[in-house]
Amino acid sequence: MSNSEVLVLDRLYKSYVKENQRIKAVENFSIKLNPGEITAVCGPSGCGKTSLLLLAGGLLTPDSGRVLADGTNIVELNPNGKARWRSTYCGFVFQQYHLVPYLTVYENMLASELALGHDKNRRKKADDLCDLLGLNDRKKHFPGELSAGEKQRVALARALFTTPAVLLADEITGNLDDPNTDLVLKLLRDYSGRGGSVLLVTHDSKAADAADRIVFMEKGKMISG
Amino acid sequence: MSIFKLACQEIIRRKMNFLLGLLSITLAAAIISHSLVSLATHDLRTEEIISDKEEETRIRMAKLEDDYRIIMKKMGFNLLIVPEDQNLADLYADDFASSFMPESYVETLATCGQVSIRHLLPSIQKKMEWPEYRRTVILTGTRGEVPLAHADPKEPMQNPVAPGEIILGYELHRSLNLKVGDSIKFNGSNFTISECYSERGNKDDITVWIELAAAQKMLNKPGEINAILALKCMCAPDQLADLRQEIGSILPGTTLIEKGSRIITRAEARRRAKAEALAAIASEKNTRLQLRSEMEQFNAVLLPVVLAGCGLLIAFLFWTNVRERKSEIGILRAIGVDTKKIMSLFVFRALIMGLIGGIAGLAAGALAGSGFFMPGHILFLQVVGTAVFLALAGAWIPSYAGISRDPAQVLVED
Repeated sequence: MSNSEVLVLDRLYKSYVKENQRIKAVENFSIKLNPGEITAVCGPSGCGKTSLLLLAGGLLTPDSGRVLADGTNIVELNPNGKARWRSTYCGFVFQQYHLVPYLTVYENMLASELALGHDKNRRKKADDLCDLLGLNDRKKHFPGELSAGEKQRVALARALFTTPAVLLADEITGNLDDPNTDLVLKLLRDYSGRGGSVLLVTHDSKAADAADRIVFMEKGKMISG
Repeated sequence: MSIFKLACQEIIRRKMNFLLGLLSITLAAAIISHSLVSLATHDLRTEEIISDKEEETRIRMAKLEDDYRIIMKKMGFNLLIVPEDQNLADLYADDFASSFMPESYVETLATCGQVSIRHLLPSIQKKMEWPEYRRTVILTGTRGEVPLAHADPKEPMQNPVAPGEIILGYELHRSLNLKVGDSIKFNGSNFTISECYSERGNKDDITVWIELAAAQKMLNKPGEINAILALKCMCAPDQLADLRQEIGSILPGTTLIEKGSRIITRAEARRRAKAEALAAIASEKNTRLQLRSEMEQFNAVLLPVVLAGCGLLIAFLFWTNVRERKSEIGILRAIGVDTKKIMSLFVFRALIMGLIGGIAGLAAGALAGSGFFMPGHILFLQVVGTAVFLALAGAWIPSYAGISRDPAQVLVED
């Protein structure tokens, strides 16, 4: 792993057993994520894109292979070690937003403080993100009161709140209309422009077009990229 | 953002689930509290009842004691002073003493200033054959009542028999057909019958009374007597030992016998009344203990059922809460919150539920149990501690199962 790589996925294998059949979700998948780069992983539904994303974030443990970040193989960390790593190193954004319904927009953004502890500077960061993502007038609103685009922006703000090295995004434009899709993709580009690395799993061609690199997957394997 | 704030926000957001759990804990705590308070109230009431009864008995016995003291004081009782070497078996068999002591003892006693003794009757007695009539009689020599030096002179209880005179018991004068004024010979001496007693139904009916000096001479016991009868003595029977000791020191070589059986009977009645009062208290205690035991037995069945039911309901409510929050758990894990912190969200929720429910239940149970009962810190710890434990126990398994789920699976499922 060279110094420029943010995350390296090295020969990852992941399979599931379903109805007594072993299904290969990810097979011998390797990729290097660089800073300032958006990498889109495209492919049909069920090709293993989301599994790949979860493997990259340490939420799934591969059957074999390595996930290297700053020289550390994340796969070998215990669950709490992985959690600590995630809290500082990577951010997640999902198609379903996964916002905490009883917290306001601002509180959802600050949820990472549960892992990192309270910090005044980070609060300023949250305010800046609200400005950046156009959420200032929604700070005190609950997720139930937001539009889909606003929810996704909140989810994005929550992921960016800790200034992660890598952003793992799963179909983040899947539920959005065109203006919101454009806005979210712009935000991703801004983030990568500031040196962040994005692994974007999508089957939306518009999202893929926004990426610096596109990788195609089929049946768990990288077929081009 | 803190775990505390997050937990509070969640409770406010999902009120119904929390309130149902709270209600369940409150109910369980109220039943526990009611059971314990009822037992404590029962114990307090028992103490009050027993204490009241003991006080009532004490007052009644004190009054009884006083009444008897007054009765005995007014009534007095009889004492027989006999020589110390008197065989008591013979005394009780013959109903008169056979040993002798100096006649001067009666003067000693009359002048000693002993205030409990009121009337002194010295006598000498012996069962003998009345040779002239071939009858067995009891010869009694008496000098009447000896006046006490320290007391005002009163009408004597018994008058002396004048020299040369004789008094006959009922059976003697009846069977011998003798009457007052008749001159008779007794053991060689001449006497005039001064009195014939009516029937008494005891040894007096075969007794002959003559002057003490004449009797002493007849029995060849000059200056000696068998007994001193002290009548209407003024002291309680339980002071007899003291009186006996006192008389013993005044008249060495004598012994004192109480002859007032009515007083002893009354003392016995008093003792029995006291024993019955104590038995009534013991019976009350026993009844209260039995009632307590029945309450404990009822609680022993009720409490486990309530605790189990409440525990299951709490577990169910937490299970639904965890299910509802699986996406939240997943995202918290995805953003790097460790499982201990996520678990603490549920523990905190259960803790709040247990504390509020425990305190509310304690108050409700205490009010229902006794109208008003200020719970002590032990009861507080017992009820609130059990409520908290119950909430934590009910919450633990579903919460642990929820946070142990694979976050990736949860996030993908949603």
